[in-house]
Amino acid sequence: MQTPAPVDYARATSVDHALQLLEQHGEDARVIAGGHSLIPMMRLRIASPTTLIDLNDLDELKGIRVEGNEIVIGAMTRHAEVLDSAILAEHYPIFREAEKLIADPVVRNRGTVGGSMCQADPSEDLSAVGSALGGTVVIRSKSGSRTVPIREFHFGPYMTQVADGEILTEVRFPIRPGAGSAYEKVERRVGDWPVASAGVFVVVRDGVVSDCGIGLTAVGAEHFSAPGAEEFLVGKAPTEENLAQAAAIAADSCSPVSDQRGPADYKKHLAQELTLRALRRAVAASQGA
Amino acid sequence: MTAVEEAPISAAGNPIGFGSMKRKEDQRFVRGQGNYVDDVNLPGMLHGAILRSPHAHAKILSIDTSRAEAHPGVVAVITGKTLEGIPRPALLGDNFAWMPTLSYDTQAVLATDKVRFQGQEVAFVIATDRYTAKDALELIDVDYEPLGAVMDAKKAMDPSAPVIRDDKGQTDNSITDVLGNKYWESGNAIGTQEAIDKAKADPNCVVVTQEIMYPRVHPAPMETCGSVAYLDPVSGQLTLWTTSQAPHAHRTVYALVAGLPEHKIRIISPDVGGGFGNKVGVYPGYVLSVVGSIVTGKPVKWMEDRSENLMSTSFARDYHMNGTIAATKEGKILAVDVDVLADHGAFNGVAQPTKFPAGFFHIFTGSYDYPNAHCKVTPVYTNKAPGGVAYACSFRITEAAYFIERLVDCLAAELGMDPAELRLKNLIKPEQFPYETPTGWVYDSGQYEKTMRLAMEMVGYDELRKEQAEKRARGEYMGIGISFFTEGVGAGPRKDMDILGLGMADGIELRVHPTGKAQLRLSVQTQGQGHETTYAQIVAHELGIPPEDIEVIHGDTDNTPFGLGTYGSRSTPVSGAAAAVVSRKVRDKARLIAAAALECSPDDLEWSLGKWSVKGDPDRAKTIQEIALLSHGSLELPEGVEGHLDATAVYNPPNLTYPYGCYICVVDVDPGTGQVKIRRFVAVDDCGTRINPMIVEGQVHGGLADGVGMALMELIAFDEDGNCLGGSFMDYLLPTAVECPDWELGETVTPSPHHPIGAKGVGESATVGSPAAVVNAVIDAISPFGVRHADMPLTPANVWRAIQGNPVRVDMAVE
Repeated sequence: MQTPAPVDYARATSVDHALQLLEQHGEDARVIAGGHSLIPMMRLRIASPTTLIDLNDLDELKGIRVEGNEIVIGAMTRHAEVLDSAILAEHYPIFREAEKLIADPVVRNRGTVGGSMCQADPSEDLSAVGSALGGTVVIRSKSGSRTVPIREFHFGPYMTQVADGEILTEVRFPIRPGAGSAYEKVERRVGDWPVASAGVFVVVRDGVVSDCGIGLTAVGAEHFSAPGAEEFLVGKAPTEENLAQAAAIAADSCSPVSDQRGPADYKKHLAQELTLRALRRAVAASQGA
Repeated sequence: MTAVEEAPISAAGNPIGFGSMKRKEDQRFVRGQGNYVDDVNLPGMLHGAILRSPHAHAKILSIDTSRAEAHPGVVAVITGKTLEGIPRPALLGDNFAWMPTLSYDTQAVLATDKVRFQGQEVAFVIATDRYTAKDALELIDVDYEPLGAVMDAKKAMDPSAPVIRDDKGQTDNSITDVLGNKYWESGNAIGTQEAIDKAKADPNCVVVTQEIMYPRVHPAPMETCGSVAYLDPVSGQLTLWTTSQAPHAHRTVYALVAGLPEHKIRIISPDVGGGFGNKVGVYPGYVLSVVGSIVTGKPVKWMEDRSENLMSTSFARDYHMNGTIAATKEGKILAVDVDVLADHGAFNGVAQPTKFPAGFFHIFTGSYDYPNAHCKVTPVYTNKAPGGVAYACSFRITEAAYFIERLVDCLAAELGMDPAELRLKNLIKPEQFPYETPTGWVYDSGQYEKTMRLAMEMVGYDELRKEQAEKRARGEYMGIGISFFTEGVGAGPRKDMDILGLGMADGIELRVHPTGKAQLRLSVQTQGQGHETTYAQIVAHELGIPPEDIEVIHGDTDNTPFGLGTYGSRSTPVSGAAAAVVSRKVRDKARLIAAAALECSPDDLEWSLGKWSVKGDPDRAKTIQEIALLSHGSLELPEGVEGHLDATAVYNPPNLTYPYGCYICVVDVDPGTGQVKIRRFVAVDDCGTRINPMIVEGQVHGGLADGVGMALMELIAFDEDGNCLGGSFMDYLLPTAVECPDWELGETVTPSPHHPIGAKGVGESATVGSPAAVVNAVIDAISPFGVRHADMPLTPANVWRAIQGNPVRVDMAVE
């Protein structure tokens, strides 16, 4: 049994209460959502927060809803709910495709969207999905809320815009009628982190790509994104040649590192291969829509 | 011995003999009522935790334990210096800091001079609870001077390589075994070389050479290792609850290590949550719990966590094998030679029979008939965790079977011959048994071709080859892999096999109570194999007592006879034979008592299941239950017959048993990503008589999953700095149900002629046989890219790199 260091615990009853607890317990306190990253790190004593502030009672942060032309996902929404969401399945099948490949049912029943985003693991699947779809995140502090574009949320491995005394409350994605989306992942074993993943959405209108987003994870893509490839594709016909060219541009913009999941050249290859596969399916979905 | 007859069914619905029945032990396991070492909690018990080395190779300049000692709740902090101060009989070195390994080497209990692998034991904190003990580890200050680490076995013997075992006065990293050799050979070196040279010069022959690595993997049992030690300060009795596959062997080792009198040592292995060889050896943690109890006078518990288990306890494999096979162009194998570099880690802790420092690797000739074979195995020290034989390996047979099955496929590729056809041409024929191999094994029995043809029929081999051809034409890549393996298990004949001088025979004790219920006391130790059920079935088969009326007792050295424990698939071949023998002793005695009761000559009686009856007058009979009561009653017994119906036996096997099988795996490979999907897996096993077919199938299922894991994902690699890259389940990947196809099992039954019930053992068959089937299938799939070999684990990255013609080196960090 792996044993964490001593830690205090407080259970928040509202976002305001959580923010007050954060202030009260100081900079070495951490909020805990599903705990599937933080608790293992504590057990390995890689992380030793002084206090855990538990957000699991905060119903105000749970759920998926449509507001105007945006989909809003509360930070405490579990992966399992994302997987099962009819709203997301209708607008963005990419969520379902990605969630099916995130960890296992036990983790998905507990882990949260906000927790995954804030952990900011460089191999996080939801980060690629978020970057592909664009959108914004909402961060709250005692002084109020601020909105940050999702592609500015992460600024490095395990680093986000959420500062001391702040909590991520929700993630918002624009609804794009006619969009097709897809997610492609290679993992060494079911439930493992990706060796590489690519997620995309494409809107094909009048025979050309009118809008698209490409997200990549585990391959050293800046902000989990590939803007150069998106720029290339928009306004062009979604031919195999153009998709392949976009995938090549996306892969070129990645700087993967070798680790036990695979060597850098392989990951770079996957960035291209998976982007291409995802683009093909997203285009087909958009054209069929 | 004929194949299994249908056993009659008992009142409880169980077979009185052989046949599938639910496992008796599962009543407690499925209710969460198992009793594992960590469930043992004694009054006043303290908890230990081990400080481990962050370095692979470093000099210890100083250890300051003062802050840890001052921490509230800490009772004692033990270092190598403390152990050096505890005297011990000079036989084993004069203090506790070092202990003997199972291969006559020494291993540090706690490092004194330097650390030699990452995760090595440096200090032991004893505290009032586990959390406090772990907290205090962070308060111990160790000053290390890092030394260069030897992480690449191929460079261990370089003149510039740092010397790891300077404690022994070594000047290089060679390992000298107890027989005084720096390498170990088997077979005919000269004849094999001549045959290979001749083949090279002969245009009608081919010679294929291939480097094949079986990388380091780990047993990873669900229950990690641990112990609770209590040395009663008054009686001097040591009771040790411990995760052991071999409690009796451990008792003797503690007598040697601790210098304690053996009759004052009681080892209890309660329920053991998986072993796979991981719980054969004695670990420093066990010894430290004993020392902790000596120092504190209290019971001390030590349970390692998952990372400690993966990083410091017995690994498996780590064999670099360079093989050469010669054959005629018609596919008749002429000779096989193999040169092995064996990475044994920092201490030679291999568990295997003394005369066989490379275990049974010399069974590498496989299931084929050819005259010339030779192997040379050279072990080296590296800065890695010690151990060496673990994970269902049958004493290195896993490496051997993988080696020959991979090499034969390389030969098939060279010849352009179907690998099934090549195997069928070379399999040993039924009439050749008993078959003596070029390296000296005497295979007991087999109908190899029959088994192979059954597997091919089950999988639809010819249709699959057609499908493969069609798919290749479309640019799709499927592969079919065959593995035909033969194991030698059930170590072993005393004259040939011992561990630390202890012969590998097993004792057994059967007590039939007055009411005809029985207790069977075993020396072997189940870790999930179902002994409480199968052994009851053996007795039932021999005596006609229903299995529900037989209690199988094991795991407590005070209550069971001596024997060497459960590993190497030895329980059924050795102790299972003992169970039959001891039952027959009881049956023979029952005959004498029945004759006295029936007032006839024993010769007039005949046995039918569960009773002795007068020949020609079946109504005059005594059941075994009636005889049990008579034996304890007032019946006047014949001269020379003692009362009661008990017996003991010690079984010394005349030979090993040789289970075998043919496995066929079908995979689909995505060449764009390197991902492998196992579509089908057919496993036909011949393990002789099947005592409980359900348990046999369960064992096969588990072993196949093991094999898939090793073939596709399991690996403990190291970086150049000595960091273990497989120290958690995030990094050390075990297969799940998702990676496992629906196993398709088949059987042939060729009983062992020398085993009392014809059983051969099956515990490791699937682990031994399956990796080659998976790897052969993957290589077959990607052979159109010109790939002839790639090393396990065939992760997507490794498969893709093999296709690119740039394979990765699996035992080192990926670059």
